[in-house]
This record gives sequence, structure tokens and C-alpha cells, in this order.
Amino acid sequence: MLEITNLHAGIDGKEILKGLNLEVGTGEVHAIMGPNGSGKSTLANVLAGRPRYEVTNGQVLYEGKDLLSMKTEERAREGVFLAMQYPVEIPGVNNTYFLKAALNAVRKHHGLEELDAMEFLQLAREKMKLVEIDESFINRGVNEGFSGGEKKRNEIFQMAVLDPKLAILDETDSGLDIDALRVVANGVNMLRSEKHSVIVITHYQRLLRYLIPDYVHVLSGGQIVKSGGKELAEELEQKGYDWIETEAAAAR
Amino acid sequence: MSVTVATGIREQAAQRFAQLGWPSTKLEEWKYTNVAPIARVDWRFDERPKFGDTHGASLRSAAQEFVFVNGRAEARPTLVTSHPLFAKYADYMRHPFVALNTANAQDGALIEIPDGTVVEGFIHLLFIGDGDGIWSHPRNLIVAGRNSQVTIVETYVGRGNYFTNAVTEIVAGEGAVVDHTKIECESLEAFHVGTVQIHQERSSSVTARSVAIGGLLVRNETNVALNGEGASLTLDGLFVLSGRQHVDNQTLIDHARPHCDSMELYKGILDQSARGIFDGRIIVRPDAVKTNSRQVNHNLLLSETAIVDSKPTLEIHNDDVKCNHGSTIGQLDEEAMFYLRARGIGENDARNMLVYAFASEIVDRMKIDAVREQVRRALFAHMPERLPERREASR
Repeated sequence: MLEITNLHAGIDGKEILKGLNLEVGTGEVHAIMGPNGSGKSTLANVLAGRPRYEVTNGQVLYEGKDLLSMKTEERAREGVFLAMQYPVEIPGVNNTYFLKAALNAVRKHHGLEELDAMEFLQLAREKMKLVEIDESFINRGVNEGFSGGEKKRNEIFQMAVLDPKLAILDETDSGLDIDALRVVANGVNMLRSEKHSVIVITHYQRLLRYLIPDYVHVLSGGQIVKSGGKELAEELEQKGYDWIETEAAAAR
Repeated sequence: MSVTVATGIREQAAQRFAQLGWPSTKLEEWKYTNVAPIARVDWRFDERPKFGDTHGASLRSAAQEFVFVNGRAEARPTLVTSHPLFAKYADYMRHPFVALNTANAQDGALIEIPDGTVVEGFIHLLFIGDGDGIWSHPRNLIVAGRNSQVTIVETYVGRGNYFTNAVTEIVAGEGAVVDHTKIECESLEAFHVGTVQIHQERSSSVTARSVAIGGLLVRNETNVALNGEGASLTLDGLFVLSGRQHVDNQTLIDHARPHCDSMELYKGILDQSARGIFDGRIIVRPDAVKTNSRQVNHNLLLSETAIVDSKPTLEIHNDDVKCNHGSTIGQLDEEAMFYLRARGIGENDARNMLVYAFASEIVDRMKIDAVREQVRRALFAHMPERLPERREASR
């Protein structure tokens, strides 16, 4: 699904990712953990194509195609979804209208017929139940006046509607109470299948109790310094990140 | 008013225009707009009575629609100039274009609503300009009697390099409710100077909107006198410009009596090398205690070369008031653009969505579905497509 080789990237002339390698197979859930400033969000943003991030070296293949040469919207249409760490409020753009436009852009790209308002609403209602939000919520402006938890639920709701092949969750769990955390985990578990891959970027092990990853990676200093199974997350929870950083420094 | 009195006013206005001449940019209120391109043309009236292309601007849902082509009524001519209130409010002694209009006033709508009458639906006045070198001076007078209610929409469309110099006088009697919308969608080669002069009496409530999308060189003036206790005014404006358009919005709200409210919101969207101006002045007279007034102007610049001048001004002559004003000039929110695109929406669509969202605060407040739809369509049609799209996060 995704093959990242020797990725060097940064922002405003500052290199943050320094030769990152990662392979995510189809149907796998990978957790990327790491201390603040290790480059977790940079990785998410580079994969989604956020402006101002520069890639200076390396390659990212998504389903065998060069992801980095695609425009932001092309990546989304090809099935890459980024659940944002800080979803932006867009007053005046109705949630339903926006999401219908997005879904239809994706469908059109795949040669599928566009959904009309009724068909879309039916689908949206179905997905709303999964993420436990009510209808009044989606008739507001995009994220307008939403609480932090509502914004994150909205991200998961959008993910459920757009049904991406590769979902990247950028610290979707931070600041969430336990109920919202379960909703997020449910949303991802719902998506989980042999066709979908998920990258969960997180600082804490909390979410991983509900959302069991196949692989856990530790990102430090712009590189993946340790990989393992789900037990690595537990080890990190107990011991913190220091020992890994020491280990990594020794290895360099 | 007798015909002789009317003729007297028109002659006086003609003399006044001869004295004032075309305004120069040395005058404070004309400093942003050079009318030389208008002054240098030898304008003529359209002598042929004709029917014009409505450019799709006809509104079938209107209770009544009056169409004017190059200043001439298609149906029966109305006699605004012989009404006793003609030229009573729009000041031809001070304002050169009002003087020019008053001297040359052509057909227009004379709408008189008797006391206590509620007009259902809305009245549409459609002004069509057609042909190079033609000028027209439409003149409307709307008199809403005590406790009456009326909704009026004026639309300006056309083809060619013509010049529309329109004046609308509105008198809102005691307790009257008047909703007035002016949609300026002139040809992109046309000149348009328009004055909407509003006089409000006690407890009247007026909503006046100005939408400017068309025209090469446009000056829109809205002047409101809050002349009776407890009158309230909502003044909305939207200007959406591209190419080399120049649109100068001037508003004056005169709080002359106590307990009046005025809420003013103007929004500008400027692309390419367009230039827009918001010059809004609010005067609160010594008598106008308990005035509640808010004036806001927000602008969205979509290109490096677009220019906007925003000049909100408050002049307060008593200290028992609640007034505030402000203005902003910004660009499209880069984060919002990324958010939309990251969900699969193309760059142009995302941009249009955000631009429309900016305008929607004004557009959504328009009560008439057909008008809202008309404005929405005109707005999208006016947004230039951008190609090629940029590539991000690539090497």
C-alpha cells in the first residue's frame, strides 16, 4: 500500500524528517509513536500534501504510484485520508454540502456516478450513527463552534463517509475523553479490513487499548528508530521514550 | 407638483451641474475615483424606443416587474418628475451626478404605498443598458406610507460601453417597513453611478442592500437620514470584483434623532487587478442620544494586484451612544483551502466554496429566494478560473 524510502522533509528550510523508512501493507494498522518534535505530524502532513512542507529527498510510493507528485486533492481522491490534528473551522461552508462535494469528487475520479442529495443523506445518516453524532451537527458550518471532541468526531465521520484506502490519524486521540476515544477507535475498527490500511500517529498508548495495532514504530529525530508489535506500545507507556532515544543515539 | 415647478427644479439642477462640473479627485469624497473616462465621452440619449435583452435578469416570481431600456419604460411611462416629493431628498445642489440626473431624469418607477398597506411579494425594477455611447438617467421614487410594507429589487444589467446614472429616493413613513435591494450587474465595459437616498421617519424600519458585481467604473452611494425617533436601519453591501473593475462604495448614515439603530456590514471580494473602496461615514447629531450603531467592512483579496481602500468613519456629537466600527482586509485562509483539498475537492472548487462562504453572510440574509439565487449565480459566473493549479509538497 505505502512504501516510504529515505524520506527527508521539513518546513521553512528546517529539516525534520531525516531519512525515514516505513512500509505499510494492505490491511495493516500501524501505530507511530514518539516524543513531541520527533516529526510525527510532519510525516502526516507531507503524506497529505500540506502546502509549505518541502520534500528534499526520498520517495513515497502509494499503490506503486509516486504519491509526492500528486496534488493534495488527487491524493484524497486516490484514497488517502488525513484526520487532522487541528481541524480548521470554516464558517459559511455547510458540513453536508462540503462532504457531499468531497465524496462526489472522489466518486467522479473513480468513474462512479455522483450521489444526489437524498442518496448522500442516507449514507451520511448511516455513518452518523457509527460516530454517535446527531443530524443538527452536520447541518452547521464545517467545524464551526465545535468543541475539540466534536471536531475529532467529525474527522472520523468524514473518514467513514469517504471510505479511504489509507487513513492517517494525526493525534486524533489527544485531548479526547474516554467516550470520544471509543468513538474514534470504533470508527477505525469499522474501517479495518483486508483492503484498508491505517496509520495511527499518537503520543500516548491510550487509544491503542481500543485500537490494537499490528505494528508499532517509534519515531525519534526524524527517523523510525524502533519497530515492533503491539507490546512495544505497552513498553513505551511504562518506560517512556528516553531509553529508546539513548539506544538510538548509541546506534548512530 | 405642477409641471412648471418640476421644470424649474430640472432647470435649476442643470445650472447646478454646469457650475459643479464633473467632480475631480481633489475633492475628498471623490479622491478614490477619477471620472475622467465618463466625462470624456460625448454621451447621447437612445432616441429609439426599443425592447432590450433582459440578460436573464427577469424575475418571474416578482409580484410586479417593470423593465426600462436605456432609461425608457417598456410599459406606460411613469411620472416621477411631477411628484411633489421629486428631488426633495437627493441633493442636486451638492452632488454633481444627482444634479445631472435631476436635470435629465428619464423614466423610472414611482411606487407609492398607501398608509397601512402591505404589498405581498416583491416589486422588481429591471434597468437594461444597451449600446456604446448611450447614457441613461433612471429616476425612481418610492414613498412608503405610514405602517405600510414593501419590498423592492432594482437590477441593472446590459451590454456595451454605456453609462447609467441612476437615482432612487426612498421615503419610509412612520412605522413603515421597507426592504430595498440594488443589484448592479452592468456590462463589464459600462459605467454606473448610482445614488440611493433614504429618508426615514419615526419607528420606520429599512433594510437596504447594495450588490456590485458588474461595471468597469462604478460609484455606489447610499445615503440614509434617520430622521425620526426609534427608526432602524440595516445596510448591507457586497462587492465582487475582478479584471480591472473599479467600484467605489460610499455610504452616509445620518443619525439625526434619538433611539435610532443602524447596522452596517459591507463585504468586498477582489481578484486580479480590481480596485474596491468602502468609504462609510456615520454622523451622530447632538440630539441623537441613545444611538446604537455598528459599522463593519470586511475584505477578501484574492490576488497580489487587487487593491481595497477601507475607510470607516464615525462622527459622534453626543456622549450617550453605543457606536463601534471596524474593518479588516485578509486573504483566503490557507488552512481552510488545504482542509477542503485534502478531502478531494479541487483547487478551483475549494476557492469558490470559501469565497462564497465569505459572501454568504450577506447573501443568506436576502429574503427572496429568486434574488438570492440570482446573486449566487452572478457571483460564481464572475469568479475567474485559475489555471494551472499549483503543485505542493513536490520536489
